[in-house]
Amino acid sequence: MNATTVVPQLVQILRTLVMTGYSTEHSISGVSDPFLQVQILRLLRILGRNHEESSETMNDLLAQVATNTDTSRNAGNAVLFETVLTIMDTRSAAGLRVLAVNILGRFLLNNDKNIRYVALTSLLRMVQSDHSAVQRHRPTVVECLREPDASLSRRALELSLALVNSSNVRAMTQELQSFLESCPPDLRADCASGILLAAERFAPTKRWHIDTILRVLTTAGTHVRDDAVANLTQLIGGAQELHAYSVRRLYSALAEDISQQPLVQVAAWCIGEYGDLLLEGSCEETEPLQVKEEEVLALLEKVLQSHMSLPATRGYALTALMKLSTRLRGDNNRIRQVVSIYGSCVDVELQQRAVEYNTLFRKYDHMRAAILEKMPLVERGGTQDEEAKESKEAQLSEAALVSTEPPASKLLDLLDLLDSSSGAAQPPPPLEPSPGGTLGHLLDLPCASPAPASVPNLRVFEREGLQLNLSFVRPPETPALLLITVTAVNTSGADVTHFVCQAAVPKSCQLQLQAPSGDTVPAQGGLPVTQLLRIFNPNKAPLRLKLRLTYHHLGQSVQEIFEVNNLPAETWQ
Amino acid sequence: MQFMLLFSRQGKLRLQKWYVSLSDREKKKITREIVQTILARKPKMCSFLEWRDLKIVYKRYASLYFCCAIEDQENELITLEIIHRYVELLDKYFGSVCELDIIFNFEKAYFILDEFLLGGEVQETSKKNVLKAIEQADLLQEEAETPRSVLEEIGLT
Repeated sequence: MNATTVVPQLVQILRTLVMTGYSTEHSISGVSDPFLQVQILRLLRILGRNHEESSETMNDLLAQVATNTDTSRNAGNAVLFETVLTIMDTRSAAGLRVLAVNILGRFLLNNDKNIRYVALTSLLRMVQSDHSAVQRHRPTVVECLREPDASLSRRALELSLALVNSSNVRAMTQELQSFLESCPPDLRADCASGILLAAERFAPTKRWHIDTILRVLTTAGTHVRDDAVANLTQLIGGAQELHAYSVRRLYSALAEDISQQPLVQVAAWCIGEYGDLLLEGSCEETEPLQVKEEEVLALLEKVLQSHMSLPATRGYALTALMKLSTRLRGDNNRIRQVVSIYGSCVDVELQQRAVEYNTLFRKYDHMRAAILEKMPLVERGGTQDEEAKESKEAQLSEAALVSTEPPASKLLDLLDLLDSSSGAAQPPPPLEPSPGGTLGHLLDLPCASPAPASVPNLRVFEREGLQLNLSFVRPPETPALLLITVTAVNTSGADVTHFVCQAAVPKSCQLQLQAPSGDTVPAQGGLPVTQLLRIFNPNKAPLRLKLRLTYHHLGQSVQEIFEVNNLPAETWQ
Repeated sequence: MQFMLLFSRQGKLRLQKWYVSLSDREKKKITREIVQTILARKPKMCSFLEWRDLKIVYKRYASLYFCCAIEDQENELITLEIIHRYVELLDKYFGSVCELDIIFNFEKAYFILDEFLLGGEVQETSKKNVLKAIEQADLLQEEAETPRSVLEEIGLT
């Protein structure tokens, strides 16, 4: 006796039961022996699973049961439900499956909560295999989102999220967001991450995507996942045309409420990066918003001081303030004040940042613009750009070191560290402080005035508008050390690209060439490219310096090698 | 079905039938959890809830909660019918059953349940048959209880 012989017999029994059998003692409210019917259907389900022949034998019967059962009472609904489950699990005909989905749809409209719950659960199981059929019932499912009963709304939420596709994404997101505003707290995290995921997969436009994420952050900011901030900053960074729009929206949102940490972090980052766009004036996509510099600074200071801000948020705000020092047109006294206050902050990370930025103001003002310029788009997972930024910050702390032994080995270790970390997938917010190895040195930085730059600057090269200047610093604590800053300025009408400067010194001296601030010298006297040379000359040998430049300018590839002849004596004596 | 519990509105357990084998401690722990969860639910809420990997189907009749734990592939709606059928059987037997009947005659409640369900599945779908079986069992019990004189026992008189 195997499935092929048993199934027809069962089918026969069930058929008789449904059509003719009626006995008062076995029946419940007009349905003859529902317990037996359900058991037979269950057995048929087990036998018909993955078995074509049996499934075919059952087809007619299932259709018959589905249509003939009286559904006014629970017993009938129970049998119908079992039939639907059997249709779903066996290899039934397509028409039968559509019938099953329709039955479930009818269940959804039933007043009885239990039946609706059962329907939602089964539809969730069917959504993978019969997606289009389930889509037809989407409006009813969305209705169920509004149920006060938590178990029903949870099921409805899961099903709604499974039903989102590219054609209905706008409407569905609208519904889901209004649900997010009113739903019980334990569903919030799921709902928020569901909306963000759906937005990521089906966003029709970047602007809509940004709007959606913004709305989710304002409504349920505390419940979003940790990488939402990183995703949003990356998204905004990539949408060039929407920078002005995003920064305005974020500014207004931040002005209203600074308690939602992810929102504050993203807003602070944006204001820092695109502060100039914020102050510019009108943007046609939002209402005209007149923002004054003072207001922006005040807002960032408020974030810094608020007890609701997490340390990470404070870090974002401080860095944003620093970036604004190059973006705003006013003087930087207020910013410098704030930065110096935080130089003695209890939080070590904030303190480190503040001290770094302080030094940037005092000693390396000429590099400030280059370091704080707009960030290139960061790939997810951390890449070259991020490492370039990290290495810039590393140099900053390196340059600030006034220790006696030249930290040549440290620099090499640093570079090795950065090289080896290129393989690791780390998506940190692209504003990480420099590696902690140099922390100790930074903290005992004497806040003395900068070393006397008594050596005059020197222009060593000029060709077709590209000028190369050298400026010299002899730190008094290390007489053997000479710091040369090479600055390349371009006054011509065309950009200079692929600019590389290399140097050579006599064998008695040691040279370290640090990475330049960039390799493009923009035209019309734009942001100059700077590069730091460290020359260690313990024997006070006469200094000779040979420079080699290679770059592209005016459609030509240029290579220049020359010796700097007129080095002043103070550079090596 | 894995188990069935009956408890009052105050959380006192009136009847428990387990169709899986668990240690006493585990049974107590599970009972406590489920009673707490169900008593916390509001009246208008749905009769089904998910608990661990099982589905709990419960219904309130007067002051008693009838609660069954079923597995993932079982039909919740038919479980509601099972609960209802059981209550009907009790009602027919005790004549308008109330919680006191179950408290004082709990062994009868267990007998009726065992006639109706076996190993967690329905074994007799006819109401009449279940009640008839219980009646016969009652009769046997009465016969056993009525005192017979020594002579009757031997067979004389």
